[in-house]
Order: sequence, then C-alpha cells, then structure tokens
Amino acid sequence: MGNKNFADKLFFSVTKVAAFISFALIVLLFIMLIKESGLSFSKFGLRFFITKVWDPVVEQYGALSFIYGSVISSLLALLISVPISLGIALFLSEFASKKLKEFLSIIMSLLAGIPSVIYGLWGIFVLAPILRNYIEPFLQKIFGFLIFFQGEPYGLDMLAAGIILSIMITPTISSISKDVFESVPRNLREAGLALGATKWEMIKIAVLKTAKQGVIGAIILGLGRAIGETMAVTMVIGNVHEISLSLFHPSATLASVIANEFAEATTDLYVSALFKIGLTLFFVTVILNIFAKVLIYSTTKKYKV
Amino acid sequence: MKRKIIDKIMQFLIYTSGVLVCFVLLIILGYIVLKGISSLSLDFFIRLPKPVGEVGGGMVNAIVGSFVLVLLSTLWSVPIGVLSGVYLAESSSSAKPSNFSSVLRFLLDVLSGVPSIVIGIFAYSLIVLPMKKFSAIAGSFALGIIMLPTITRTAEEMIKMVPRSIKEASLALGINYWKTMFFIILNTAKPGILTGILIAVARIFGETAPLLFTAFGNRFWHRSLFGPIAALPLQIFAYAISPYDDWHKQAWAGALVLILIVYMIIFISRKILLKYR
Repeated sequence: MGNKNFADKLFFSVTKVAAFISFALIVLLFIMLIKESGLSFSKFGLRFFITKVWDPVVEQYGALSFIYGSVISSLLALLISVPISLGIALFLSEFASKKLKEFLSIIMSLLAGIPSVIYGLWGIFVLAPILRNYIEPFLQKIFGFLIFFQGEPYGLDMLAAGIILSIMITPTISSISKDVFESVPRNLREAGLALGATKWEMIKIAVLKTAKQGVIGAIILGLGRAIGETMAVTMVIGNVHEISLSLFHPSATLASVIANEFAEATTDLYVSALFKIGLTLFFVTVILNIFAKVLIYSTTKKYKV
Repeated sequence: MKRKIIDKIMQFLIYTSGVLVCFVLLIILGYIVLKGISSLSLDFFIRLPKPVGEVGGGMVNAIVGSFVLVLLSTLWSVPIGVLSGVYLAESSSSAKPSNFSSVLRFLLDVLSGVPSIVIGIFAYSLIVLPMKKFSAIAGSFALGIIMLPTITRTAEEMIKMVPRSIKEASLALGINYWKTMFFIILNTAKPGILTGILIAVARIFGETAPLLFTAFGNRFWHRSLFGPIAALPLQIFAYAISPYDDWHKQAWAGALVLILIVYMIIFISRKILLKYR
C-alpha cells in the first residue's frame, strides 16, 4: 500500500468505517425485527404459524391464512410464468439473432422497470374487469366442477394476484435461465445434433438436462421475488383473511397484510404480530435467495474454463 | 415423422413465448400511455391535490417529494456504498482477505433479497418510533438501504476491473495511496459506478412499500424533512384504491409521469454503459 502517511491511513479508515456502517445496518435490521416481534413470540410462540384466527378485537393473531395466500399466489405465478420464461430463455439462447436478442433484452428491462404500484394500478383497472367479465366466467363454464373455479367471479382475487405476479417475475426467471443456458458448452449441443437429434431433442438432452440445477435456481429466485412482492399484490388480491381453495376468492399474503394493517395497528401486540410476519418474510426470502444463488452459481461455473 | 412434429410444436411454443412477452408489455404500456395522456394536464404538474370531493388539482407536491426523497437517499447511500465497495475491493486484492469482508459481502447479498416492505418496517422501528412522527428522513433512510447492495457491489466490481498495473504505476510515481485511489482508480471506475447508482435510483423512484410507514405521504407541501412528505408512488397508490373517478384519472396520469422518469433513468444508465464499453 505504499508508504503510509496520515492521509493514506485516514482514507483507509474512512472506507473501513463505511464498510462497518453497511455491516451494522444489516445486523441492526435483523435485531430490530427480532426485538419488535418479541411480544408476539412470547404470547403466541410458534403456534402463530399454524393458527388462522387474526382478530385485533380479541387480540388473537395467527398467520396461517397469510402464509396460505403467499404460497398459493406465488405457486400460481410460477405455474404461469415458468413455461413462458423458459420459452423466452430458450428463444434467446438457441434461436434469436443478435439483433433480436438485444431487442428482447430491452423489452425485458422495460418490463422489469415498471414499478410495482403501476402493476397494481393496471391490475385494478384493466386486469380485474377482464377477469371478472370474461376469463373467470369462461373458466367456470369449462372447469366449474373443480373446487378451484367455484364461487362468484370477483376479479380482485387470488387469480388476479397470481397473474400479476407471474408477469412481474418473468424477467427475473427468463434472464437468469438464459444465462444458465448460455453457459452450456457448444460441443454438447453439436454432439446432440450430430447424433441426429431434432433441435428440440437436442435442447431437451443437451441444454435442459445440463442446465437443470441452474434453472431450478432461477425459479426459486423468482419464487423469492413473488413472496416478497407487496404493492401490486395488495392492490389486486382483495385482502380477506380467509383460506379458500377457490382461486376466485379474495385472499391476503404475508406482505399484503403488513402493507394494509400496519398503519392502523393500535396495540403493541398487533404491531408486534405484524413485525413477526416481517421477520418471517425476511427469513423465507433470505433462505430462498441463498439456495437459489448456490444452485445458479454451481451450474454456470461448472463449464467456465 | 412424430419426432419432426414434436420438434415443430416445441419450436412454435418457444417462439410464441417470445412474442407473448412483447405483447404483454405492449398492453401494459399501451394502457398507461393512453389513459395517462388523456388524464394529464398542466394542472397535474403545478397544482396541489384538491380536498376530497373536489375535482381537479395536481400532484406537484408528490413529484417534488419523490425527487427530495431520492436525493436524500442518494446523499447518504452513495458515499457509504461506494466507500464500502472500495474497502471490499481493496481487501480482496490484499495479501490476506479479511473474514469481515466476506461476511459483509454475504450480508449485502442477503440484503438485496429482502422485500422492501420489510425494510420499511425496519425504518419505522428505528426512526419513526423514536421521533414519534413520519418523516422524509425515515423514508430516505429506507430507500437508501434498498440502494446499498447494488451500489456497493457495482463499486466493488468496477474497481476490481481497473487494471492492477494502473494502480502500481501511480504508486510507483510516488503518488499517495489515497490520491491514487481517489483520483485514479475511482475516476477510472466512475462510469461503471454511475451506472450502478442510476439503476438503484431507477428502482427506488418507483418504490412504494417502504414509504408507506416512513414518508407516509402528504396532501400538502412538506414543511420540513422531519415531517411527512408526499411521493409520487404513494399518491398513485392512494388514488388508485380510492372510490373517486377523478382520482383514478390522476393515478393514471401519475403512473405515466412515474414510468417516464424511471425509463429515462434506465435509458441514461444504458447510454453510459454503452459509451464506457
């Protein structure tokens, strides 16, 4: 580091202090979440996660209906988004010309750049009426015998949340899957084609199979995004604390209940229960993210020389 | 024959998904532009919101509020982030990388995945509760934290990309370590770091969830940074879920303005990146 005079030492100390502040902030985030949810932990313990009564009047709080809402809306989003995202990723890595690639990458970044609240606005005034008037009655007519499609089509419901989320996580899943596909070595593809495989068979054997872990990582990353997504979901999901198998039924998620009720939480226990939900979100998303990154990293680095 | 047909079908589906995503973007942007333009007026940019029930008014306070919030967050987050990035880059190039830096790198990675609403309630507990009121300060604290991982990581990577020989040449010429870092290394890495900062700014400009319980929103001009302040995304949210038609229109106008600002920032960051390469 050259000869250290006072100014040099000062500069290095300043960077060290900055790094320490970053570190302290993150640790503090964790500590505050735990501290603020302490009251709820001592009152409800882990029972919190398996009871569904959420009633501020009698001060009973259980998060089960929100966990259910988060899980189902996110899974629904994956169900819609994964096939399309993988299609886009394959299109980009196997078919598209350089020009087309650039064009689609701009489209993706525009889609990813739309703020959550605008997705919500669009969901309320464009998506929900279409769902209510056309898509949901149509689904009911054909699949009405299934429990998932029963009840009054309402438009602002679990299905709306799933669809909005699926649009929002598509850029994430497709761009990461594309990177993973592109890390598959060329010679695997050529070997496939040389054996007489059609293009799709080659993709199935050489690309998808090799990239499987990384794709699962990309999907988990999308799942993490979907679970943490707040505004758009809050605006379209209807915010009802009930567990219903029907996708036409309004619901609520872990994130949406914080957004909706935090400002009106009057008692300490109420606030603490909401912080506990925040802590849950924190843990779930962090674990999903770490898991996803390990999977993606292990695939993309495998073939790097 | 069957193999050929399956091949054709799968290829068709793959192409379709590429077209589908363009179509979805077109529908969303189309609505925002059409509904936004028809609701946009000069009043929107120069007037305060009218009282409930009165038609008209604008969002000038929210537009200004958003810029104030973003400026404040950038003011604290950029120095901390860039300097942390310098620290991380330096410690990884030194002979014995410290444990602290790998822990910090991991924690920043963790932070980048934390939902913004969680950052919002953290800022609430740390700043709003002790101060006993919502404030611009609390809002920009939350937004700054959201920016931190992006800024730090790009700063670290851009500094690492500066060839070692440049640093060694500078030191060999007898230039001080701090001057080398500040005027030569950081200066070389500047366009890349700037791109990272702009990407982070584009993201926080549209953030709503972390502001709900910090900046809170305000139908008037903010009196000070220690009181509640309006923000464009907050105002869009409040108007979108309101029962008034006129407010819905203003929400669309707000959405158009917001998305134009966000896209402008993304556009500039891309331009810088391309020029740099």
